[in-house]
Amino acid sequence: MILRKGISAPNFELNATPDQKLKLTDFKGKRVILAFYPADWSPVCSDQMALYSASLKYFHKHNAEILGISVDSKWCHMAFGQNHKIHFPLLADFEPKGKVSKEYGVYNESEGVCQRALFVIDEEGMIQWSYLSPDGINPGADGILEALEKMNNAKP
Amino acid sequence: MPKLKIPVNKKDHQTGNQQSKIILVEYGDYQCPHCGIAYPLVKKLLAQFGNDFRFVFRNFPLQEIHPEAMLAAQAAEAAGNQNKFWEMHDLIFEHQNNLSGDFLIKGAERLHLTMDQFIADSTSEAVVSRVENDFEGGIRSGVNGTPSFFLNGDKLNSYNATYESLAQAVRKSIP
Repeated sequence: MILRKGISAPNFELNATPDQKLKLTDFKGKRVILAFYPADWSPVCSDQMALYSASLKYFHKHNAEILGISVDSKWCHMAFGQNHKIHFPLLADFEPKGKVSKEYGVYNESEGVCQRALFVIDEEGMIQWSYLSPDGINPGADGILEALEKMNNAKP
Repeated sequence: MPKLKIPVNKKDHQTGNQQSKIILVEYGDYQCPHCGIAYPLVKKLLAQFGNDFRFVFRNFPLQEIHPEAMLAAQAAEAAGNQNKFWEMHDLIFEHQNNLSGDFLIKGAERLHLTMDQFIADSTSEAVVSRVENDFEGGIRSGVNGTPSFFLNGDKLNSYNATYESLAQAVRKSIP
């Protein structure tokens, strides 16, 4: 089951580039959007990641950073990110395969890939919104922005 | 189903029957090949049902993968300042494979635009922020790629790159 609002987001440490690892806790004090997706290079994901790359400015307005996650290797991510000009980190949930996706409840056991899922995590590391999208459908960014706005409004 | 968050308003570029309450909105990118495919379909739709519905085009340039898309959108908006938005829009889509700064200048000349004005407007803050506002409104409305169509405010998920999928939806909404 996909982790829901109100649950503390499991920490992770994954390669963002061949020689750099990122931890969720590195982002304390910022909001984090996690975008799990099945695979680099497949057409729908590519549109989705290109859309998020073009939407970065609107995420930053809400003090949020976005991280893409799939089971592809760090080298594959590097090639994909350069080819598609993706300006945010793509994390490799590669070894042990799918460990982080499983902790978030968004691993597709039969295909051996991440499901297409979104999480918005607040400054304290709590999940504030999550969404599981049908695999073939690019979920867009409207749900993310709505969640971020709701968090702004909830602030005292 | 995603809904159009920014209602059609008088700032929008509109064609067809501008009094009609049946409104088809496209979020498009001038360099996107799928928008290039949709372009003649919309033209045909306007030729057939142009008295029955309104068509609105909003910008959704995915600049990272389409490096010429933003400038093309700005050029169309700049042409719009001289009441030639649709002429520029058509010209760009009809020559989508040759998009460049040079082409946009030549296009503006061909449309007999006042060139100093066109060049100044193309990169003006007003035009850039107009395109960006279109884009942001698109994201909020759940645009997840281009082209995305909305018919009377609802995202048209039945569009499948065929004329019939557009025509059927519009025809159904005509009373």
